[in-house]
Amino acid sequence: MEKAKIKAFIAARVAQELKDGQVINLGIGIPTMVPNYLPEDIDIVLQSENGIIGTGSEPLAEDADPFHVTDAGGKPSSVACGGAFLDSSTSFGLIRGGHVDCTVLGTLQVDQSGSLANWIIPGQKISGMGGAMDLVVGAKRVIIAMEHTNKGRPKILKECTFPVTAVHCVDRIITEMCVIDVGDNGLILKEYNPEFTIEEIRQYTDADFTVADDVKEMQVSI
Amino acid sequence: MKKIITSQEAASRIESGMTVMVGGFLGCGTAQSILQCLSESDVKDLTIISNDASIPTGPDGSQYYGLASLIHKRQVTKLITSHVGLNAEVSEQVSEGELLLVLVPQGSLVEMIRSGGIGLGGIITPTGVGTMVEDYEYVIDKITIEGRQYLIQKALHADVALINGTRIDTMGNVWYQGTTRNFNQVMAMAADTVIAEADHIVELGDLEPENIMTPGILVDYVVEKGGK
Repeated sequence: MEKAKIKAFIAARVAQELKDGQVINLGIGIPTMVPNYLPEDIDIVLQSENGIIGTGSEPLAEDADPFHVTDAGGKPSSVACGGAFLDSSTSFGLIRGGHVDCTVLGTLQVDQSGSLANWIIPGQKISGMGGAMDLVVGAKRVIIAMEHTNKGRPKILKECTFPVTAVHCVDRIITEMCVIDVGDNGLILKEYNPEFTIEEIRQYTDADFTVADDVKEMQVSI
Repeated sequence: MKKIITSQEAASRIESGMTVMVGGFLGCGTAQSILQCLSESDVKDLTIISNDASIPTGPDGSQYYGLASLIHKRQVTKLITSHVGLNAEVSEQVSEGELLLVLVPQGSLVEMIRSGGIGLGGIITPTGVGTMVEDYEYVIDKITIEGRQYLIQKALHADVALINGTRIDTMGNVWYQGTTRNFNQVMAMAADTVIAEADHIVELGDLEPENIMTPGILVDYVVEKGGK
Protein backbone atom coordinates (compact mmCIF):
# COMPACT_ATOMS: atom_id res chain seq x y z
CA MET A 1 0.00 0.00 0.00
CA GLU A 2 1.13 3.56 -0.62
CA LYS A 3 1.79 5.81 2.39
CA ALA A 4 -1.45 7.86 2.26
CA LYS A 5 -3.53 4.71 1.90
CA ILE A 6 -1.72 3.04 4.82
CA LYS A 7 -2.57 5.99 7.08
CA ALA A 8 -6.21 6.07 5.96
CA PHE A 9 -6.50 2.29 6.44
CA ILE A 10 -5.17 2.48 10.02
CA ALA A 11 -7.37 5.49 10.90
CA ALA A 12 -10.46 3.76 9.48
CA ARG A 13 -9.78 0.62 11.49
CA VAL A 14 -9.25 2.65 14.70
CA ALA A 15 -12.60 4.39 14.07
CA GLN A 16 -14.32 1.00 14.53
CA GLU A 17 -13.07 0.96 18.15
CA LEU A 18 -14.89 4.12 19.25
CA LYS A 19 -18.38 4.06 20.71
CA ASP A 20 -21.11 6.69 20.71
CA GLY A 21 -20.70 9.24 23.51
CA GLN A 22 -17.13 8.31 24.43
CA VAL A 23 -14.60 10.93 25.52
CA ILE A 24 -11.53 10.58 23.32
CA ASN A 25 -8.09 12.20 23.19
CA LEU A 26 -6.30 11.93 19.86
CA GLY A 27 -2.55 12.31 19.42
CA ILE A 28 -0.92 13.94 16.41
CA GLY A 29 -0.56 12.23 13.00
CA ILE A 30 -2.75 9.24 12.06
CA PRO A 31 -4.98 9.60 15.19
CA THR A 32 -6.23 13.04 14.05
CA MET A 33 -7.63 11.35 10.89
CA VAL A 34 -9.83 8.94 12.89
CA PRO A 35 -12.97 11.18 13.12
CA ASN A 36 -13.11 11.25 9.28
CA TYR A 37 -14.00 7.55 9.33
CA LEU A 38 -16.64 7.49 12.06
CA PRO A 39 -20.10 6.27 11.03
CA GLU A 40 -22.76 9.00 11.13
CA ASP A 41 -24.52 7.51 14.14
CA ILE A 42 -21.38 7.68 16.31
CA ASP A 43 -20.75 10.99 18.06
CA ILE A 44 -17.66 11.26 20.22
CA VAL A 45 -16.49 14.02 22.57
CA LEU A 46 -12.95 15.08 21.72
CA GLN A 47 -10.68 16.36 24.44
CA SER A 48 -7.77 18.75 23.86
CA GLU A 49 -5.54 18.63 26.93
CA ASN A 50 -4.80 22.37 26.83
CA GLY A 51 -8.38 22.91 27.95
CA ILE A 52 -11.23 21.91 25.63
CA ILE A 53 -13.76 19.17 26.28
CA GLY A 54 -15.87 18.89 23.14
CA THR A 55 -13.36 20.20 20.63
CA GLY A 56 -14.98 21.43 17.42
CA SER A 57 -13.77 21.31 13.85
CA GLU A 58 -10.86 23.32 12.54
CA PRO A 59 -12.13 26.91 12.16
CA LEU A 60 -12.21 28.77 8.85
CA ALA A 61 -9.43 31.37 8.58
CA GLU A 62 -11.87 34.24 9.23
CA ASP A 63 -13.24 32.55 12.37
CA ALA A 64 -9.87 31.57 13.86
CA ASP A 65 -8.82 33.27 17.11
CA PRO A 66 -5.25 32.09 17.75
CA PHE A 67 -4.95 34.41 20.76
CA HIS A 68 -7.82 32.76 22.64
CA VAL A 69 -8.86 29.36 21.23
CA THR A 70 -6.17 26.87 20.27
CA ASP A 71 -5.61 23.12 20.38
CA ALA A 72 -2.83 21.20 22.14
CA GLY A 73 -0.56 21.78 19.15
CA GLY A 74 -1.01 25.56 19.40
CA LYS A 75 -3.14 25.73 16.24
CA PRO A 76 -6.47 27.65 16.06
CA SER A 77 -9.32 25.45 17.21
CA SER A 78 -12.99 25.68 18.16
CA VAL A 79 -15.41 24.30 20.70
CA ALA A 80 -18.41 22.24 19.62
CA CYS A 81 -21.94 23.10 20.74
CA GLY A 82 -22.22 21.78 24.31
CA GLY A 83 -18.46 21.78 24.82
CA ALA A 84 -16.54 23.55 27.57
CA PHE A 85 -13.22 25.24 28.26
CA LEU A 86 -11.18 24.11 31.26
CA ASP A 87 -7.99 25.08 33.04
CA SER A 88 -5.01 22.68 32.78
CA SER A 89 -5.50 21.23 36.27
CA THR A 90 -9.09 20.18 35.53
CA SER A 91 -8.14 19.02 32.05
CA PHE A 92 -5.44 16.69 33.38
CA GLY A 93 -7.74 15.72 36.24
CA LEU A 94 -10.09 14.37 33.58
CA ILE A 95 -7.20 12.46 32.04
CA ARG A 96 -5.59 11.08 35.19
CA GLY A 97 -8.92 10.50 36.90
CA GLY A 98 -10.09 8.02 34.28
CA HIS A 99 -12.75 10.29 32.74
CA VAL A 100 -11.25 9.92 29.27
CA ASP A 101 -12.50 6.67 27.73
CA CYS A 102 -9.74 6.22 25.20
CA THR A 103 -6.57 7.80 23.91
CA VAL A 104 -5.26 7.01 20.44
CA LEU A 105 -1.64 7.82 19.76
CA GLY A 106 1.36 6.96 17.63
CA THR A 107 4.64 5.72 19.04
CA LEU A 108 8.27 5.10 18.17
CA GLN A 109 8.29 1.73 19.93
CA VAL A 110 5.85 -0.48 21.81
CA ASP A 111 6.76 -3.75 23.48
CA GLN A 112 5.19 -7.06 24.43
CA SER A 113 4.63 -5.97 28.04
CA GLY A 114 2.51 -3.04 26.80
CA SER A 115 5.14 -0.38 27.53
CA LEU A 116 5.65 2.33 24.95
CA ALA A 117 8.38 4.81 24.06
CA ASN A 118 7.36 7.95 22.16
CA TRP A 119 8.85 10.99 23.90
CA ILE A 120 12.62 10.96 23.53
CA ILE A 121 15.33 9.50 21.32
CA PRO A 122 18.69 9.56 23.12
CA GLY A 123 21.14 11.92 21.42
CA GLN A 124 18.49 13.73 19.39
CA LYS A 125 16.84 17.14 19.83
CA ILE A 126 14.95 17.40 23.12
CA SER A 127 11.22 17.82 22.92
CA GLY A 128 9.72 16.83 26.26
CA MET A 129 6.87 14.53 27.21
CA GLY A 130 4.15 17.20 27.28
CA GLY A 131 0.95 15.45 28.32
CA ALA A 132 1.81 12.03 26.85
CA MET A 133 2.81 10.34 30.13
CA ASP A 134 -0.38 11.45 31.89
CA LEU A 135 -2.55 10.40 28.95
CA VAL A 136 -1.31 6.82 28.68
CA VAL A 137 -1.37 6.33 32.46
CA GLY A 138 -4.82 7.89 32.94
CA ALA A 139 -6.99 7.06 29.93
CA LYS A 140 -9.18 3.99 30.43
CA ARG A 141 -8.05 2.49 27.12
CA VAL A 142 -4.82 3.12 25.20
CA ILE A 143 -4.76 2.34 21.48
CA ILE A 144 -1.57 2.64 19.46
CA ALA A 145 -2.22 3.63 15.84
CA MET A 146 0.94 3.46 13.76
CA GLU A 147 2.64 2.04 10.71
CA HIS A 148 3.80 -1.47 11.52
CA THR A 149 7.49 -0.72 10.92
CA ASN A 150 9.82 2.23 10.58
CA LYS A 151 10.95 1.75 6.96
CA GLY A 152 11.01 -2.02 7.42
CA ARG A 153 12.48 -1.96 10.94
CA PRO A 154 10.16 -3.43 13.59
CA LYS A 155 8.52 -1.03 16.05
CA ILE A 156 6.73 -3.75 18.01
CA LEU A 157 9.59 -5.07 20.13
CA LYS A 158 10.31 -7.59 22.86
CA GLU A 159 11.42 -4.66 25.00
CA CYS A 160 11.58 -0.92 24.25
CA THR A 161 15.16 0.30 23.74
CA PHE A 162 14.29 4.03 23.99
CA PRO A 163 13.31 5.54 27.37
CA VAL A 164 9.68 4.61 27.99
CA THR A 165 6.70 6.96 28.28
CA ALA A 166 4.92 4.56 30.61
CA VAL A 167 4.98 0.87 31.49
CA HIS A 168 2.27 -1.78 30.91
CA CYS A 169 -0.39 0.65 29.69
CA VAL A 170 -1.16 -0.23 26.06
CA ASP A 171 -4.36 -2.19 25.37
CA ARG A 172 -4.40 -2.56 21.58
CA ILE A 173 -2.03 -1.92 18.65
CA ILE A 174 -3.51 -1.20 15.21
CA THR A 175 -1.28 -1.11 12.11
CA GLU A 176 -1.76 -1.61 8.37
CA MET A 177 -0.81 -5.28 8.89
CA CYS A 178 -2.81 -6.31 11.93
CA VAL A 179 -4.62 -5.72 15.19
CA ILE A 180 -2.72 -6.94 18.24
CA ASP A 181 -3.97 -6.96 21.84
CA VAL A 182 -1.70 -6.77 24.88
CA GLY A 183 -2.77 -9.60 27.16
CA ASP A 184 -1.58 -10.60 30.62
CA ASN A 185 0.68 -13.22 29.03
CA GLY A 186 1.92 -11.28 26.02
CA LEU A 187 0.69 -10.14 22.63
CA ILE A 188 -2.24 -11.75 20.83
CA LEU A 189 -2.88 -11.34 17.10
CA LYS A 190 -6.62 -10.67 16.80
CA GLU A 191 -6.96 -9.58 13.15
CA TYR A 192 -4.72 -9.47 10.11
CA ASN A 193 -4.84 -7.67 6.80
CA PRO A 194 -5.29 -10.40 4.13
CA GLU A 195 -2.74 -8.58 1.98
CA PHE A 196 -0.17 -10.10 4.37
CA THR A 197 0.38 -13.62 5.69
CA ILE A 198 0.82 -14.24 9.41
CA GLU A 199 4.39 -15.35 8.57
CA GLU A 200 5.05 -11.93 7.00
CA ILE A 201 3.63 -10.21 10.07
CA ARG A 202 6.00 -12.26 12.28
CA GLN A 203 8.89 -11.24 10.04
CA TYR A 204 8.17 -7.53 10.62
CA THR A 205 7.46 -7.92 14.35
CA ASP A 206 10.33 -8.32 16.80
CA ALA A 207 8.03 -9.18 19.70
CA ASP A 208 6.57 -12.63 20.24
CA PHE A 209 2.85 -13.02 19.74
CA THR A 210 0.28 -15.77 19.77
CA VAL A 211 -2.54 -16.03 17.25
CA ALA A 212 -6.03 -15.81 18.72
CA ASP A 213 -8.25 -18.87 18.21
CA ASP A 214 -10.86 -16.62 16.64
CA VAL A 215 -8.38 -14.60 14.53
CA LYS A 216 -10.07 -12.91 11.57
CA GLU A 217 -9.35 -10.71 8.61
CA MET A 218 -9.39 -6.92 9.11
CA GLN A 219 -12.54 -5.45 7.56
CA VAL A 220 -11.74 -1.89 6.54
CA SER A 221 -13.38 0.22 3.87
CA ILE A 222 -11.69 3.47 2.87
CA MET B 1 -4.90 50.04 46.65
CA LYS B 2 -3.91 51.13 43.17
CA LYS B 3 -3.23 48.00 41.18
CA ILE B 4 -2.91 49.26 37.62
CA ILE B 5 0.70 49.71 36.48
CA THR B 6 2.50 49.79 33.12
CA SER B 7 4.25 46.82 31.45
CA GLN B 8 7.53 48.60 32.09
CA GLU B 9 6.77 48.91 35.82
CA ALA B 10 5.70 45.27 35.89
CA ALA B 11 8.95 44.12 34.27
CA SER B 12 10.95 46.22 36.77
CA ARG B 13 9.51 44.14 39.64
CA ILE B 14 11.44 41.14 38.36
CA GLU B 15 15.07 40.88 39.45
CA SER B 16 17.95 38.72 38.25
CA GLY B 17 17.99 35.30 39.91
CA MET B 18 14.25 35.20 40.61
CA THR B 19 11.92 32.27 39.96
CA VAL B 20 9.08 33.36 37.67
CA MET B 21 5.98 31.45 36.60
CA VAL B 22 4.79 32.30 33.09
CA GLY B 23 1.23 31.34 32.12
CA GLY B 24 0.16 30.33 28.63
CA PHE B 25 0.04 27.30 26.35
CA LEU B 26 2.28 27.66 23.30
CA GLY B 27 1.76 31.41 23.50
CA CYS B 28 -2.03 31.28 23.92
CA GLY B 29 -2.93 33.17 27.12
CA THR B 30 0.48 34.65 27.76
CA ALA B 31 1.46 38.07 29.22
CA GLN B 32 3.07 39.24 25.98
CA SER B 33 3.51 42.97 26.77
CA ILE B 34 5.22 42.32 30.12
CA LEU B 35 7.46 39.60 28.64
CA GLN B 36 8.40 41.94 25.79
CA CYS B 37 9.50 44.63 28.29
CA LEU B 38 11.33 42.04 30.39
CA SER B 39 13.22 40.79 27.32
CA GLU B 40 14.40 44.38 26.69
CA SER B 41 15.81 44.63 30.26
CA ASP B 42 19.13 43.48 31.71
CA VAL B 43 17.50 40.94 34.02
CA LYS B 44 19.18 37.53 33.80
CA ASP B 45 19.66 34.16 35.55
CA LEU B 46 15.92 33.59 35.72
CA THR B 47 14.37 30.28 36.70
CA ILE B 48 11.19 29.96 34.66
CA ILE B 49 8.30 27.63 35.37
CA SER B 50 5.95 27.30 32.40
CA ASN B 51 3.99 24.69 30.47
CA ASP B 52 6.21 24.99 27.40
CA ALA B 53 8.94 27.15 25.85
CA SER B 54 6.48 28.92 23.51
CA ILE B 55 6.68 29.06 19.71
CA PRO B 56 9.20 31.68 18.51
CA THR B 57 6.75 33.04 15.91
CA GLY B 58 3.67 34.34 17.71
CA PRO B 59 0.02 34.33 16.60
CA ASP B 60 0.56 37.94 15.47
CA GLY B 61 3.50 36.83 13.29
CA SER B 62 6.08 38.56 15.50
CA GLN B 63 9.43 36.93 16.19
CA TYR B 64 10.36 35.66 19.66
CA TYR B 65 6.87 35.77 21.07
CA GLY B 66 6.16 35.28 24.76
CA LEU B 67 8.69 33.26 26.73
CA ALA B 68 10.66 32.61 23.52
CA SER B 69 11.90 36.24 23.75
CA LEU B 70 13.55 35.63 27.16
CA ILE B 71 15.10 32.37 25.95
CA HIS B 72 16.39 34.05 22.79
CA LYS B 73 18.04 36.79 24.90
CA ARG B 74 19.57 34.10 27.13
CA GLN B 75 17.93 35.52 30.25
CA VAL B 76 16.82 32.07 31.43
CA THR B 77 19.28 29.71 33.12
CA LYS B 78 16.81 27.11 34.38
CA LEU B 79 13.56 26.07 32.76
CA ILE B 80 11.03 23.81 34.49
CA THR B 81 8.52 22.75 31.83
CA SER B 82 6.75 19.88 30.04
CA HIS B 83 7.49 20.58 26.38
CA VAL B 84 10.12 22.51 24.40
CA GLY B 85 9.76 20.80 21.01
CA LEU B 86 8.55 23.87 19.13
CA ASN B 87 11.41 26.13 20.25
CA ALA B 88 14.71 24.85 18.80
CA GLU B 89 16.76 27.38 20.79
CA VAL B 90 16.12 25.46 24.01
CA SER B 91 17.80 22.33 22.68
CA GLU B 92 20.75 24.42 21.44
CA GLN B 93 21.24 26.23 24.75
CA VAL B 94 20.94 22.96 26.70
CA SER B 95 23.65 21.31 24.60
CA GLU B 96 25.87 24.41 25.00
CA GLY B 97 25.44 24.03 28.77
CA GLU B 98 23.82 27.48 29.09
CA LEU B 99 20.37 26.32 30.10
CA LEU B 100 19.36 23.70 32.65
CA LEU B 101 16.19 21.98 31.47
CA VAL B 102 13.95 20.14 33.94
CA LEU B 103 11.17 18.24 32.17
CA VAL B 104 7.98 17.44 34.07
CA PRO B 105 4.89 15.62 32.72
CA GLN B 106 2.29 18.30 32.01
CA GLY B 107 -0.39 16.99 34.35
CA SER B 108 2.15 16.62 37.17
CA LEU B 109 3.57 20.10 36.55
CA VAL B 110 0.21 21.81 36.86
CA GLU B 111 -0.53 19.90 40.08
CA MET B 112 2.90 20.73 41.56
CA ILE B 113 2.08 24.41 40.95
CA ARG B 114 -1.45 24.03 42.27
CA SER B 115 -0.22 22.35 45.46
CA GLY B 116 2.30 25.19 45.91
CA GLY B 117 -0.60 27.61 45.87
CA ILE B 118 -2.99 25.75 48.13
CA GLY B 119 -0.72 24.92 51.03
CA LEU B 120 0.11 21.31 50.21
CA GLY B 121 3.64 19.93 50.30
CA GLY B 122 3.41 18.19 46.95
CA ILE B 123 1.60 15.58 44.92
CA ILE B 124 1.32 11.80 44.72
CA THR B 125 0.92 10.76 41.09
CA PRO B 126 1.04 7.51 39.07
CA THR B 127 2.39 9.44 36.05
CA GLY B 128 6.07 8.79 35.41
CA VAL B 129 6.36 5.51 37.34
CA GLY B 130 8.90 3.25 35.62
CA THR B 131 10.29 6.09 33.46
CA MET B 132 13.26 8.49 33.52
CA VAL B 133 11.08 10.87 35.53
CA GLU B 134 11.79 8.80 38.66
CA ASP B 135 15.36 10.17 38.67
CA TYR B 136 14.44 13.85 38.33
CA GLU B 137 15.22 16.32 41.13
CA TYR B 138 11.59 17.04 41.99
CA VAL B 139 10.75 13.41 42.80
CA ILE B 140 11.09 12.72 46.52
CA ASP B 141 10.04 9.09 46.80
CA LYS B 142 8.10 6.22 45.28
CA ILE B 143 5.34 4.64 47.33
CA THR B 144 2.69 1.96 46.95
CA ILE B 145 -0.92 2.70 47.90
CA GLU B 146 -3.43 -0.14 47.66
CA GLY B 147 -1.16 -2.04 45.29
CA ARG B 148 -0.47 0.81 42.85
CA GLN B 149 2.84 2.66 42.60
CA TYR B 150 3.03 6.45 42.81
CA LEU B 151 5.70 9.16 42.78
CA ILE B 152 5.79 11.83 45.48
CA GLN B 153 6.77 15.16 43.95
CA LYS B 154 7.53 18.56 45.46
CA ALA B 155 5.20 21.55 45.32
CA LEU B 156 6.40 24.51 43.24
CA HIS B 157 6.39 28.15 44.28
CA ALA B 158 7.67 31.30 42.58
CA ASP B 159 8.71 34.85 43.43
CA VAL B 160 6.53 36.26 40.65
CA ALA B 161 3.77 34.88 38.41
CA LEU B 162 3.02 36.60 35.09
CA ILE B 163 -0.48 35.67 34.01
CA ASN B 164 -2.80 36.79 31.23
CA GLY B 165 -6.57 37.30 31.48
CA THR B 166 -9.01 38.43 28.84
CA ARG B 167 -11.05 40.76 31.03
CA ILE B 168 -9.70 41.98 34.34
CA ASP B 169 -11.39 44.56 36.55
CA THR B 170 -9.63 47.25 38.57
CA MET B 171 -9.58 45.02 41.68
CA GLY B 172 -7.77 42.32 39.73
CA ASN B 173 -10.68 39.88 39.26
CA VAL B 174 -10.01 37.82 36.14
CA TRP B 175 -12.17 36.24 33.43
CA TYR B 176 -10.41 34.07 30.86
CA GLN B 177 -11.71 33.50 27.33
CA GLY B 178 -11.40 30.18 25.45
CA THR B 179 -8.30 28.12 26.16
CA THR B 180 -6.36 31.00 27.74
CA ARG B 181 -7.07 29.77 31.29
CA ASN B 182 -4.57 26.87 30.97
CA PHE B 183 -1.82 27.36 33.62
CA ASN B 184 -2.77 30.97 34.47
CA GLN B 185 -5.39 30.05 37.04
CA VAL B 186 -3.14 27.83 39.18
CA MET B 187 -0.12 30.12 38.85
CA ALA B 188 -2.16 33.02 40.29
CA MET B 189 -2.11 31.19 43.63
CA ALA B 190 1.49 29.99 43.66
CA ALA B 191 3.67 33.13 43.67
CA ASP B 192 4.54 35.88 46.16
CA THR B 193 3.69 38.57 43.61
CA VAL B 194 1.11 38.06 40.87
CA ILE B 195 1.02 40.40 37.88
CA ALA B 196 -1.93 39.97 35.51
CA GLU B 197 -1.89 41.34 31.99
CA ALA B 198 -5.40 42.16 30.73
CA ASP B 199 -6.50 42.09 27.11
CA HIS B 200 -9.11 44.55 28.40
CA ILE B 201 -9.32 46.30 31.76
CA VAL B 202 -12.98 46.63 32.78
CA GLU B 203 -14.80 48.58 35.50
CA LEU B 204 -15.67 47.09 38.86
CA GLY B 205 -19.00 45.32 38.54
CA ASP B 206 -18.59 44.53 34.83
CA LEU B 207 -17.65 40.92 35.65
CA GLU B 208 -20.41 38.86 37.24
CA PRO B 209 -19.16 37.41 40.53
CA GLU B 210 -20.19 33.91 39.42
CA ASN B 211 -17.97 34.18 36.36
CA ILE B 212 -14.80 35.37 38.07
CA MET B 213 -12.22 32.61 37.63
CA THR B 214 -9.34 34.17 39.59
CA PRO B 215 -10.41 36.38 42.51
CA GLY B 216 -8.74 39.78 42.71
CA ILE B 217 -7.27 39.16 46.17
CA LEU B 218 -4.65 36.98 44.45
CA VAL B 219 -3.62 39.63 41.93
CA ASP B 220 -1.17 42.31 43.07
CA TYR B 221 -0.89 44.31 39.86
CA VAL B 222 -2.82 44.69 36.62
CA VAL B 223 -1.28 45.73 33.31
CA GLU B 224 -3.14 46.54 30.10
CA LYS B 225 -1.88 44.63 27.07
CA GLY B 226 -0.32 46.68 24.32
CA GLY B 227 1.01 49.53 26.46
CA LYS B 228 4.58 50.01 27.66
